[in-house]
Amino acid sequence: MNSKNLLVTKGLKAFVADFEILHGIDLAVGEREVVALIGPSGCGKSTFLRCLNRLHEETEGAHVEGSVVLEGIELYDRKSDPVALRRRIGMVFQKPNPFPSMSVFDNVAAGIVLQGVKNKSVLQEAVERSLRQAALWDEVKDYLDRPGTSLSGGQQQRLCIARALTVKPPVLLMDEPTSALDPISTAKIEELVAHLKEQMTIVVVTHNMQQASRISDRTAFFLYGNVVEYGATREVFTTPKNRKTEEYITGRFG
Amino acid sequence: MISRDLKSRLMVALCYALLALALVPLLSILYTVISKGLPALSLDFFLKTPVPVGEAGGGIGHAILGTLLLILMASAIGVPLGLAMGILLSEYPKRKTARALRTVVEVLSSVPSIVVGLFAYAVIVKPMKGFSAHAGAVALAIVMVPMIARSSEEMLKLVPTSVREAGLALGLPRWKVILKIVVGGSIGSLIVSVLLAVARIAGETAPLLFTAFGSQRWFQGLNQPIASLPVTIYNYAISPYEDWHEKAWGGALVLIVLVVGLNLFVRMMWTKRRSTRS
Ligand SMILES: Nc1ncnc2c1ncn2[C@@H]1O[C@H](COP(=O)(O)OP(=O)(O)O)[C@@H](O)[C@H]1O
Ligand SMILES: [Mg+2]
Repeated sequence: MNSKNLLVTKGLKAFVADFEILHGIDLAVGEREVVALIGPSGCGKSTFLRCLNRLHEETEGAHVEGSVVLEGIELYDRKSDPVALRRRIGMVFQKPNPFPSMSVFDNVAAGIVLQGVKNKSVLQEAVERSLRQAALWDEVKDYLDRPGTSLSGGQQQRLCIARALTVKPPVLLMDEPTSALDPISTAKIEELVAHLKEQMTIVVVTHNMQQASRISDRTAFFLYGNVVEYGATREVFTTPKNRKTEEYITGRFG
Repeated sequence: MISRDLKSRLMVALCYALLALALVPLLSILYTVISKGLPALSLDFFLKTPVPVGEAGGGIGHAILGTLLLILMASAIGVPLGLAMGILLSEYPKRKTARALRTVVEVLSSVPSIVVGLFAYAVIVKPMKGFSAHAGAVALAIVMVPMIARSSEEMLKLVPTSVREAGLALGLPRWKVILKIVVGGSIGSLIVSVLLAVARIAGETAPLLFTAFGSQRWFQGLNQPIASLPVTIYNYAISPYEDWHEKAWGGALVLIVLVVGLNLFVRMMWTKRRSTRS
């Protein structure tokens, strides 16, 4: 864990119409740290994640208040461009969502191709690098022309991770990336996270307590739009300070 | 009590009976058109224009070419417009313009095609003082646009929201996400929407009656009347001449082959796409 804070939110509130989903979240994420977000369904974990790459505001009637600072720059500044910012924060979704009718190669290359990169060898290198990082290269290197949707669920999810890595974001957001996957695929993705954290910062939402304790350095417990507890993962799981946290991780509610 | 087995057999039998019932009109149309139209077909039929009544020979090549030209021109107007509307309806459904557009498209698709023809007559033929190919093309395009708009909207809506979000999350501007990922990823099904609309206008007669009108000669220019298969079939069929009746059947056969062929082609493409996906 590094002491330097890469991503800091202050008083972050999220709304859809008049409904306040997040009630002012203060959270700091260090460089090359894995932070797990846990908590019962509907407490605002996904919404929080979507505020970090300004995706929440793409929802009809949604808006955000408060501050998110990435590498010293305020994301919600008037002058800040959400499109440019999203290249610095990758995202992986709950359900694998490869681009339809695109080959494995085109899926992985999409982020830079659609930004105007045309050079074949640059693209080939980038695709191979991302697929290797996502531990998928060996499985798909002979099938790069097949549709991305033809892969298995677990492979599709790693394809989506590779796709996010191609634009080389320093931060990766993952929203329950393994909840739709079988145990073997889940283990692969957990292993992947352990490797990726050497180069990047990861914020991951999970419903799986064992997963949170296996892969994260710090854990934040969300409840009803607030962060109730945030600390080193081992401490949160062994000696939680808040009674609600303890009840949740021992499975008494949620 | 009737056994379960018997019940399910009865259901299967009923399904077959209904299928047979549905096939009766289709097959009898095909049989009639083929048996009456086939004798009319010859090389001249496709390559020549009509000869004066009483003389033998001649063909309706001008009408076949005319229909192809009208389809091409109507598509040049109707396909981009229809697709643009479909994209607006699917990607920005909450916008005021999209809501207004939805109403317009729904009303437009329920307007009888003869009225579309009258409309084109009033706004194009009248002011320009003459029947013309482009009046016909505009009338056909008006029939085409709401069809394409609605079906392409449905096709684009099949793309999950999370795919759009994945595009945005990669740092792509929304217009690129829409054009390259949503539309680009739906190309196959959008082609299907377009081809079905083409098959539909290929056989439209009413919009052409007071617009393209008809002609006995090859293409004379965009501002001149132009022959088409459906209108020629109509004119020949109501004529008193035996030879013209036969040519009308021949024209009907060509039209059916064109439309049914296009339909089957689309269906094959569609099932092929389905099977490669799953
Ligand atoms: N687009 C939306 N419209 C209305 N309410 C929403 C929307 N998105 C999320 N919410 C509400 O915000 C709350 C938090 O949702 P979410 O962030 O998805 O929770 P979690 O990921 O922790 O399960 C829920 O009560 C949900 O109903
Ligand atoms: Mg969620």
